Amino acid sequence: MKNIWTIAKREYENYFNSPLAYAVAVGVLFMLGIYFALILYVSSQQSFMGGGIPEVAPLNWLFVFLMIFLSPALTMRLISDEARMGTLELMLTAPVRDFELVAGKWLGALLFVLSIALITIIYPLIVNNFVEPGIDWLVMLSSYLGLILVCAALLALGTGISAIFSNQFAAFFVTLGLFFFLWFMVSLPANYLPVGGEVFNYLSISTHFSQSMNNGTIALGDIVYYLSLTALGLFIGSTAVEIRRWN
Amino acid sequence: MIKVSGLTKDYGARRAIHNLSFDAKKGEVVGFLGPNGAGKTTTMRILTGYMPPTDGEALIAGYDVVEESLEVRKRVGYLPETVPLYTDMAVFDYLKFMGELRHLPDVDNRVDETLEMVGLLDRANGYIGNLSKGMRQRVGLAQALLHRPEVLILDEPTIGLDPGQMVEVRELIRDLGKERTVLLSTHLLNEAQNICDRVLIINKGKIITEDTTENLQSRLVGGERVLLRVRGEADELADTLKQIKGVQKVEAQADGAVEFGFSAGKDLRPEVAKQVIKAGYDLLEMRPLGMSLEEIFLELTGADKKK
Repeated sequence: MKNIWTIAKREYENYFNSPLAYAVAVGVLFMLGIYFALILYVSSQQSFMGGGIPEVAPLNWLFVFLMIFLSPALTMRLISDEARMGTLELMLTAPVRDFELVAGKWLGALLFVLSIALITIIYPLIVNNFVEPGIDWLVMLSSYLGLILVCAALLALGTGISAIFSNQFAAFFVTLGLFFFLWFMVSLPANYLPVGGEVFNYLSISTHFSQSMNNGTIALGDIVYYLSLTALGLFIGSTAVEIRRWN
Repeated sequence: MIKVSGLTKDYGARRAIHNLSFDAKKGEVVGFLGPNGAGKTTTMRILTGYMPPTDGEALIAGYDVVEESLEVRKRVGYLPETVPLYTDMAVFDYLKFMGELRHLPDVDNRVDETLEMVGLLDRANGYIGNLSKGMRQRVGLAQALLHRPEVLILDEPTIGLDPGQMVEVRELIRDLGKERTVLLSTHLLNEAQNICDRVLIINKGKIITEDTTENLQSRLVGGERVLLRVRGEADELADTLKQIKGVQKVEAQADGAVEFGFSAGKDLRPEVAKQVIKAGYDLLEMRPLGMSLEEIFLELTGADKKK
């Protein structure tokens, strides 16, 4: 398990050498900043008319939504690039299990994304200072737990797909396509099916977050869903690495 | 230390190595010699646990490379042919990372010691991407040595080095080979002759021959060759030699000397000397020509082609 941490640490530090990772971080924070300003503006207009307090949970929704499009850029090169550069041979002849390699890469990416998420905590903190009696921190906690789980699942799937390809752009587009499908498309049949629609709803990566954890509802089913996706991603990654050995 | 039996590897329909068997003892430097595509890298990749063989078995320090791959990888230092490195890392950081993956105690000191061994201590903080090919080669070697492995597997360790660096690296390998097992591949014959105690010649996935470097040289295929030098014209000397019974393949050299051969076991040198003196030449030199590994190699691989 120590190997996972060693690999994660290197991968995390590596992001700070990568212009792409900075672009992702800046992009996310810029969009969230604009959205936050907008939320404040709208709620100030509403409070004139006796309206409510600013909602911060939508910011986490936007963070997760942006990750659908941006996280493939963070995971695309994790393993594919090592295969292309030949450094995978180093990793595969070091005393490291295939799973530890994949899990370490994934953890490094997750830590990087969570570092960005950590910065966004200033938004609830700001709002908390301006409203009485403060915001509901339990809802925020649930929202951030959801955010962590969604990101963990997305990044695990991305890492797994990166292990399949030797070309990082192939990995990027396949990952993006899968996320797009899981977010927008998989729940579509639910609206047309007379029975069994819930199954498709359950498969959607967005519903467990936007309609549940982001509103303060922590359900076991949602947690299991994201943890299963994470496990699936890491399993795909380890298997793909093992298959590489045989070729 | 290394024991390989019946190792076979197929890449799809192509058989890369075929029923390979050999072993290497502790303190032995074994050279793996063969043309490009002979199966050297494939064999090494199997021995380092990078990929499994299609058939056969390989043991390193008693551990099976497939069943106990992690144990094998702990005990092997490997320098891949292409010397893959994380070019965006500093030399020290990279080696420290590899050392941490091997759970080395006091890893900082170990990295410094290893860098000193390969003569890179002054470049410890430089980025690998900025290093010359020779220096990268040494970083790769440092990575292979970091955990002081019992078995070192070096795929073309001196390729791309300048002559000075080649000598240095060869000396380092010879030193290392005193207390551990080294398996190195090369297509440079003088390198094998220089560093290795034993040479395995491999072509098209099969071991053609296996012997110590001295034995290989003395084992002239079909006999021995001798160089003869006299004062004066050598053209007629060649004619004189051709008349001696048992002398074969007489060749006049451009510098006036003559080379000739005879079957192994029948030393014709005394007879030749007598005849040369009798013919009135002043005999200046007569010396046996060891066959270079190069010639043995061509002979062996060439013979294989004819089949």
